[in-house]
Amino acid sequence: MSEPLLELVQVGFMYPGKTVPVLSGLNFRLEASERIGLYGPNGSGKTTLLHVIMGLLPPQAGAVRHKGRVMTTERDFREVRRSIGMLLQNADDQIIYPTVLDDVAFGPLNRGLSRGAARELAEQTLAMLGLAGFGDRLAHRLSGGEKKLVSLAGVLAMEPEALLLDEPTGGLDPDTRNRLVDILAHLAKPMIVISHDWDFLAQVTDTYYSIQSGQLIRNPDFILHRHVHGHPMGDHEHHHH
Amino acid sequence: MIDEHFAGGTSPIHALDPRYRLAACLLLSLVAALARTPQTPLLILGAGLVLTVLSGVSAKLVLRRAAAVNLFIIFLWLFLPVSTPGMPLWQGLGLTVTREGVALAGLVTLKANAVFLCVLSLMGTIPAPALGRALTALGAPAKFSFLFVFTYRYLHVIAEEYGRLVTAARLRGFVPATDGRTYRTYAALVAMVLVRSYDRSQRVYQAMLLRGFTGVFPCLDRFAAGRRDVLFLGCVVALAAGAVWIEWLAGRGNV
Repeated sequence: MSEPLLELVQVGFMYPGKTVPVLSGLNFRLEASERIGLYGPNGSGKTTLLHVIMGLLPPQAGAVRHKGRVMTTERDFREVRRSIGMLLQNADDQIIYPTVLDDVAFGPLNRGLSRGAARELAEQTLAMLGLAGFGDRLAHRLSGGEKKLVSLAGVLAMEPEALLLDEPTGGLDPDTRNRLVDILAHLAKPMIVISHDWDFLAQVTDTYYSIQSGQLIRNPDFILHRHVHGHPMGDHEHHHH
Repeated sequence: MIDEHFAGGTSPIHALDPRYRLAACLLLSLVAALARTPQTPLLILGAGLVLTVLSGVSAKLVLRRAAAVNLFIIFLWLFLPVSTPGMPLWQGLGLTVTREGVALAGLVTLKANAVFLCVLSLMGTIPAPALGRALTALGAPAKFSFLFVFTYRYLHVIAEEYGRLVTAARLRGFVPATDGRTYRTYAALVAMVLVRSYDRSQRVYQAMLLRGFTGVFPCLDRFAAGRRDVLFLGCVVALAAGAVWIEWLAGRGNV
């Protein structure tokens, strides 16, 4: 069997000054084409987990394995960041250039693409997200929803093999939210999506986890059915307790 | 927060390649600033006026900015004529106004306004993001132009953050007054902005790492200069050369 894209082995993490670890003895494998919804209360360690995966926070115990190799140094994690794209909660943190095209081309240029190729890829990615012609728009004049989509374009322009999305629907209006659902549902990539929006999770992911006492716990899918009423699959046969 | 009144436009000046505009602006400003005779800055002042008119920016705004610049010049007129030694023009109140002093104040006034008009018409018409790229293209250190571009990008974000904090304070009944509590409240707001900006800088840096940042600042070069840009810069260089020649003639005449 081939190595999974991502594997966490007995990962432990505790923030300085705290007495309870956020993650402890956490094991996880991301299989190809797996779409994982991660939910749970604030402070349960969801974002921490993504940051550990991407090498932004070094785990105090255990190992992050990428394609079978243990990642430890910053140089190792550059490889991870090249293969896994992560969308931050706040788009303003992610859009670093005043103009949209420069920002979307940032990742491709970091990957070593030529200016022409980076520009073309940036334009293609924008067009794919329905943002054709946004290249010269100024970042601070974009609406919240546009900012979110532009920051997603910046991540997708890296052409990642997998995606980590940290609360992608936060503060989005229903239209932009639906556009996002549409975009993500059509991306044939494994992904981990953090969200409190269960409808959204039901539309873009198919496996559900939460973090309990520092461990990733897979939740049976019926939990979604028990709580969600206005969900998009409501016309399918299902049970309420 | 930062309003770029002059950057948007469709005038012939706005259509010029920002790199050429920036280079022309630097050249003209440098020649004007280094001049010792009034003829040189006068020539460049004339050129600046023509460029400003060509750029089609609102006369009202230009005059308002010019007033701000010349406010500083007024102070020079108060002190320079009486503090420069030379041939007396007028004496009274224990002060002596010298011809050299008046000439110097006049020269500084000409220079300041010449540079002001050139910067306004040539540099002020470049939107900040393009100015950052033009700086890089003209050989400014990448760190410098990126610092400029980042400042422009995040000044808006930080200003919005401050606005939100002030709104939050107002919503809970805060009314500014001249008392200790108001100052303490403002101090707290500014402190919050600083703390949040620091946190944000950490997140921005993380976001850059996530997109493969390795310490090298890449830049999409989007400039395309045409014959018109070259022609424009050629005219500016000729003008600057003419100004330097006048300067040289005048300098020889004086000796």
